[in-house]
Amino acid sequence: MAYRNYVLVCGGTGCESSSADQIFKNLINEVDAAGMSDQVQVLKTGCFGFCEQGPIVKILPEQAFYVQVKPEDAKEIIQEHVVKGRRVDRLQYKEENSASGAITDTEGMKFYQKQYRIVLRNCGIIDPEKIDEYIARDGYAALEKVLFDMTPEQVIDELKKSGLRGRGGAGFPTWMKWNFSKQVESDQKYIVCNADEGDPGAYMDRSTLEGDPHSVLEAMAIAGFTCGANQGYIYIRAEYPLAIDRLKIAIKQAKEYGLLGENILGSKFSFDIEIRLGAGAFVCGEETALLASLEGNRGMPIPRPPFPAVKGLWGKPTVINNVETNANIPVIILKGGDWYSKIGTATSKGTKVFALTGKIKNSGLIEVPMGITLREIVYDIGGGIPGGKKFKAAQSGGPSGGVITAEHLDTPIDYENLSKLGSIMGSGGLIVMDEDDCMVDFAKFYLEFTVDESCGKCAPCRIGGKQLFGLLEKVTKGTAVVEDIQKMRDISLAMQKASLCGLGQTAPNPVLSTINNFYDEYMAHINDAKCPSGKCKDLMSYEILSDKCVGCTLCARKCPVNCISGEKQKPHVIDQSKCIKCGECYASCKFKAITLG
Amino acid sequence: MAKLTLDDLRKLRDSKKNEVSKRDTEGKEIEVIIGMGTCGIAAGAKETMDAFLDEIDKEGLKNVAIKQTGCMGFCTYEPTVEIKVPGMPDTLYNNVNTDIARRIVHRHIKDKKMVSEYVQDRPSIDIMENK
Repeated sequence: MAYRNYVLVCGGTGCESSSADQIFKNLINEVDAAGMSDQVQVLKTGCFGFCEQGPIVKILPEQAFYVQVKPEDAKEIIQEHVVKGRRVDRLQYKEENSASGAITDTEGMKFYQKQYRIVLRNCGIIDPEKIDEYIARDGYAALEKVLFDMTPEQVIDELKKSGLRGRGGAGFPTWMKWNFSKQVESDQKYIVCNADEGDPGAYMDRSTLEGDPHSVLEAMAIAGFTCGANQGYIYIRAEYPLAIDRLKIAIKQAKEYGLLGENILGSKFSFDIEIRLGAGAFVCGEETALLASLEGNRGMPIPRPPFPAVKGLWGKPTVINNVETNANIPVIILKGGDWYSKIGTATSKGTKVFALTGKIKNSGLIEVPMGITLREIVYDIGGGIPGGKKFKAAQSGGPSGGVITAEHLDTPIDYENLSKLGSIMGSGGLIVMDEDDCMVDFAKFYLEFTVDESCGKCAPCRIGGKQLFGLLEKVTKGTAVVEDIQKMRDISLAMQKASLCGLGQTAPNPVLSTINNFYDEYMAHINDAKCPSGKCKDLMSYEILSDKCVGCTLCARKCPVNCISGEKQKPHVIDQSKCIKCGECYASCKFKAITLG
Repeated sequence: MAKLTLDDLRKLRDSKKNEVSKRDTEGKEIEVIIGMGTCGIAAGAKETMDAFLDEIDKEGLKNVAIKQTGCMGFCTYEPTVEIKVPGMPDTLYNNVNTDIARRIVHRHIKDKKMVSEYVQDRPSIDIMENK
C-alpha cells in the first residue's frame, strides 16, 4: 500500500539544534497513536534551506509548510492535518505583504521561486540515511553510465562541455584538474573531497553532506574511474558531527551494495572511500595544507607547482574537489554537459549555493543560477532587510572576499563580475549588512579571523596580517592618522603578492574592499574620531541629558560598574573614565534622557 | 546485504522510484482533492482515498497528486472529490465510494471523460469567479 501522506522533518544541523529530533520522534508516536503508521510515513530529510524559520515540517502531497514547530505541536499536526485534513493555520508559513495571508504550499513561496536546485536536488526530499531513496532519485545512475557506457575521455569531455568550475572558491575548471591527473602515469592516484568548510557564516557543504551524502560519494567514484584512482578520502572537519555520521552511514551502505569497494557493479573498477577528520584549522581548506594534514603532518601549505593533480598526497597524483563541485557531477553526467552549460552566464555555468546570513529576513541556504543579481537574492529570496533598515553592503567569499555595495545590486553574480568588484565567489557565504554595520569594524572582524588562523609559515601573512590588524584597531579607536590608510594599502599589496597560499593572499581583501568602497567611513573615524554607524565603542560615549533626566535612579541601579551618580530626582552624571559602554543605562532609561554619540 | 549487479541496481531503482516520486510534486498536473472532514471520513473518504492511491499506482500514473482538504460544505454528498485535469473543467464528484473512485481514475483521469452521473457541480469558487 502506498503512503497517503509524507511528513518530512528537517534533519539539518540548524533545525536539529532546535529540537527537530524530538519533533521527529513525537510525530512518529502521534502517527502510531492515530493507528496510521501504514498510511503515513514520517521521514527525516536534509536541509530545506529556510533556516530562519526552523524547525520545519513539510507535509506532502499538500505541500503544507509548517515553520517554527515545537515538539508539543506534533499532536496537533497529526490530528488536524493528517487525520482530519485541516491545515494547522497558526504554524503555516506566512509571507509578509501577501494578500492571501498564509502560504498554502511551497511553490507559492517567494523564497523558492527564484531558486534552481541541482546541488540541493535531494535535500529536503529524501532521507539521507537511506541509500534506496537516493537510488530511486537516479542515484548511482551516473556511476553506472560512466562504468558501462563511457570512457574516461568522454567523461572529461562532458565536464568540459558543462563548463563546471570548482566551487571551493578559486573557480578552476574541473575538467582540467581531472585531465591533469589522468594524464600522469602513476601506480597510485587519489581522489580527495575537500569538506573543510571554514568561512564564518558558511554552511553549504555541511548541509549538502547532511542532506545528500551519496551524491558526493558517487561523484568521487566517477572521478576515480576517470583519473585512474582507486582510493578516495573525504577530509571533513570534526566540528561537523552530523555530516560525519551521515557520511559514515552512506559509505557503509554503498559498500554493502557493492557501489564502493572491489569490482563495482561487477565491473573491473574498484574504488574505496575513507573519512579523515580535520581539527578545524582554517588553513587546512587550502589544498596543499589539506594534503599535509591528511598525511598526518602539521597543516601548512607548500608552494605550487607542482600542483596536487600531478604530485599530491604522498607524492601521488591527487584530484581535490570541493563538496559542492562533486554534488554537481552526477547530474552533469546524466543530463549532459550541454544541458548544464545552458544555465548561468558566459563564463560561469550552473548554479551556486549560498548561505545567506546577516541582516536579512530569510536567512537560509539557497541555490541560484549563476548570473542572478544580488538584488534578487536579497530582496526576492531573502525578503529584504528586517526593521525597514537600508541595505549597505553584502559580503561574499568570507574572510577572503570583499563587499558589494548598493550601486552594484544589479550586477549579475558570476566569478568574473565578483572579482571585478573586488570580491570573490569564494565558497558561498553571503553576509548582508545594513546601515547599522560599521565597515571598519567589519574588516577588523575578518582580519582578526585570518590573523588567528594564519599558520605562520610565511612572513607576509604572519607579520603583515598582524600589522594590518594593528592599524585597523587604531582606526576603530580613533588614534589613526590619514597616512595609515596608505600604509594599509602597502601592507595589503605585499601580502597579496608575497604570501605563500590563498589565506595570506586574500586576507587583505576585506580591508582593501572597504577602504575603496567606504573611504568616507574610514575618514570619519580618523579625522572626526566618529563611527557613523555607532559600532566602534571606543569612539562612542553615553551622556545623560540633564534637561530630560528626572533622577529616577533606574540607570544608576542597572549600571554594572556603578559609574552613574546623582541625587534622587536630580539629573545624574556618567563617570566616563569608569564607563564600559555596555549600553544598560541607555536601554533602561524610560525618558530618553541618555544619548549615544 | 548482497552486492548489487548492474541488473539489481536497475531493478531496485525502478521499484523505489514510484514511491519516492510521490514526494516530488513538481510537474504533477492532475490533482485529486478528497474532502476529509469529519463528515467525509464518516462517509468513507479514507477508503475512497486508498482506492485512488491504489488505482493510480496500479495504472502507473505519475503526474497525479492526491491531496486532502477539509469539509467542502456538501456534507450530505460526502465523500466529495474534486478533480483538476488541465484542459478540463474542475469537477466535483459526490458520493464517491471505492468503485466510483476507480471509475474516475479510468474515465476522467485517463480517458478525459466525465463520470457524468456523479458530477455534483463546479466548485463554488469557480461560480464566484465567473460572476
